[in-house]
Amino acid sequence: MQRISSFRRHRIAGPILVVAALFTIATAFGVASALPSAQMTVASGTSTLVSQGKEIFLRGCSSCHGLHAEGGGIAPSLIGVGSAAVDFQVGTGRMPMADMSQQAMQKKPLYNAQETAALAAYVASLAPGPAAVTNESLNYERDGNAAQGGTLFRTNCAMCHNFAGQGGALTNGKYAPSLMGVDPKYIYEAMVTGPQSMPKFTNATITPQEKLDIIKWIQSADHEQNLGGASLGRVGPVTEGLLGWVLGLGLLIGAAAWLAMKAK
Amino acid sequence: MKTSQKVAGATANYVDERTGAAKWLKKNLTKVFPDHWSFMLGEICLYSFIILLLTGTFLTFWFDPSQREVVYHGSYLPLSGIHMSAAYDSTLHLSFDVRGGLLMRQIHHWAALIFMSAIVAHLFRVFFTGAYRKPREFNWLIGVGLLTFGIVEGFLGYSLPDDLLSGTGIRIAEAILQAIPVVGSYLAFFAFGGPFPGTAFIPRIFIVHVLLLPGLFLALITIHLMLVWYQKHTQYPGPGRTEKNVVGYPLMPVYMAKAGGFFFVVFGVTAFLGAVASINPIWLYGPYTPGQISAGSQPDWYMGWLDGLVRAAPPLETHAFGHTISWNILIPGLIIPGILFTGMALYPFIESWITGDKREHHLLDRPRNAPNRTALGVTAITFILISLLNGGNDIIATHFHLTINGIMWFTRIGLFTIPPIAFVVTKRICLSLQRADRDLVLHGRETGRLVMMPNGEMLEVHEPISEAQKWTLTQHQTPEALPAPLPASATVGLKGKIRARLNRANAVQIPAPTLTDLKELGDGHH
Repeated sequence: MQRISSFRRHRIAGPILVVAALFTIATAFGVASALPSAQMTVASGTSTLVSQGKEIFLRGCSSCHGLHAEGGGIAPSLIGVGSAAVDFQVGTGRMPMADMSQQAMQKKPLYNAQETAALAAYVASLAPGPAAVTNESLNYERDGNAAQGGTLFRTNCAMCHNFAGQGGALTNGKYAPSLMGVDPKYIYEAMVTGPQSMPKFTNATITPQEKLDIIKWIQSADHEQNLGGASLGRVGPVTEGLLGWVLGLGLLIGAAAWLAMKAK
Repeated sequence: MKTSQKVAGATANYVDERTGAAKWLKKNLTKVFPDHWSFMLGEICLYSFIILLLTGTFLTFWFDPSQREVVYHGSYLPLSGIHMSAAYDSTLHLSFDVRGGLLMRQIHHWAALIFMSAIVAHLFRVFFTGAYRKPREFNWLIGVGLLTFGIVEGFLGYSLPDDLLSGTGIRIAEAILQAIPVVGSYLAFFAFGGPFPGTAFIPRIFIVHVLLLPGLFLALITIHLMLVWYQKHTQYPGPGRTEKNVVGYPLMPVYMAKAGGFFFVVFGVTAFLGAVASINPIWLYGPYTPGQISAGSQPDWYMGWLDGLVRAAPPLETHAFGHTISWNILIPGLIIPGILFTGMALYPFIESWITGDKREHHLLDRPRNAPNRTALGVTAITFILISLLNGGNDIIATHFHLTINGIMWFTRIGLFTIPPIAFVVTKRICLSLQRADRDLVLHGRETGRLVMMPNGEMLEVHEPISEAQKWTLTQHQTPEALPAPLPASATVGLKGKIRARLNRANAVQIPAPTLTDLKELGDGHH
């Protein structure tokens, strides 16, 4: 007891306690946020793809998008958006929306690949629109030009998605998501359908070839090793300044305090 | 005597007979400096400046400050075949095809960030301890100059590679230049040698960055240090320390060893950061083209607060006589920084005008004993911090799931409301700390030991503090209100009334305990 209470009064006891408390909170938060969220399973239909898709649509989407996908006060019409839009929105988990927030967030998809394909087939049957693609159909590795794609990316995409595709802020809480780890087909579909705040890049503005160039550049940026050491998030000077102050000047002030200590 | 000693003695004698160095060295090597960690913040500035000179020289061996258009054929494939300026091309070459080049670039940039943050930390130390008071006002002015030139030097430095991020920064600098009423557009044409971006700007800022400003730095740092040497270093109050002495250790050998060692610590930390943490990855930004921009474009932190002010400014413009006055750039980009830096430069003179204190000061103030100064400093820091936060509003918005509009409105309102609150809170904290000091002197330290008296009364045992501690806590003088120490004429007229009002506010202090206070408590008081 004597030793414990003398440690309690030690001058470094306070700082150690603060560090320990912060560590505990951070760990608890990490564990809590890593817990798996509840999953829902949806029974699959039996008839043709379109009627199966219609069934899922009526059950899961029509409350907002209307019984005939004609749209309503809170959701747009889906007539003519094509299977690409469905594949992107449902395949990345953005639809169905979790809540009416500023924009649909990427999350674990509610429907599996087969159900998503059925929904896409149903929506595509309403009116012609951009068709969904597969990762295999996009041979960007062979056909794309990363350097060309980088220039196109910086001209058309970087103003929202940041120079390295890390994402960025838009107005009123909306944002352009990070493009790291995104399937090439979703990048392609996003370009042709223009989800959320994103403009639509038709084949007249950016040709299919240029889309492959852009995808190749994004993939190369995604897989590029951090050439200068820790990347600090690839978000520019904000994190650099923070590290300079906290670690750089922090270490130096620590060293100064050590040098100025009186020898005991 | 050994042969080696004979040779050393003969050599020293030979040099001394021709230079007379022995007498000068004997006097100056034994010069005494006080010891405190906060006195070494300025050293960090000096050492990182030396590192900047050394690494910067290395970079000039390969950097080509030219906006001539070239096609990239280096080893970084994602930019292969892209048109770019020779400046950007040579920076890529330096980073990927010169051995150690990227490391040197990163050490240079990290050292620049540390240089600036150490200057600011040093400024805080000097300000909050009142070290700028007579006779050190000139050194304060030189320091403000070094800070200002440091901001410009840093901005020019990271603008040199002509990448997408820095080109955006130059574009904003051009906008600020253009916002100067009437002459702005002419100045911008003069600086860029024609319309933006032109081909003249990078070569021009290169010579300013590597010759003009470093030369100015060397001159100012030399005068700065010579004045420290001549006026002697200030010291914190304590037993045996007076306005007329310096208590500490001699330069030789104690500080020679400490300072020499500290230089290598600074070099070590910057080299460590340069080796493990990426800074300014220009290959990811791409070459500058006026038609492109990246989300989250920010300047380095020492410009970030200016960017934050510009981001917060509402879109106000006036059109008159064929000229446009862009208040949205003029006020946050030029007027507010102008007021802040002028106020900072003049502060020593303003303070001595308010207090009427014209004495020399070599003993530092403990920040709590100058509540108004401390509160004013915290107010300014709060203002800058809020602006700095807004400078990174897009990064904060995406990483903390906030809305950028919300952060902007927080800034717009907070810039006016939070600094005054910070002033009041800081002043109250200072006065409370003064009361705590007074209590400590009069009643001693709380030991945390509870004692039960025979009659059942519970008491906490207080232990008297040492005489040395008592001295430290009571040595400061309580400022007196005008007009007592000044002639009544000093408080006449509007200027005089303002002065008297500020002076009275400054005189609000908890008086340090006097001998009478101690005697009144009597002996044996718990």
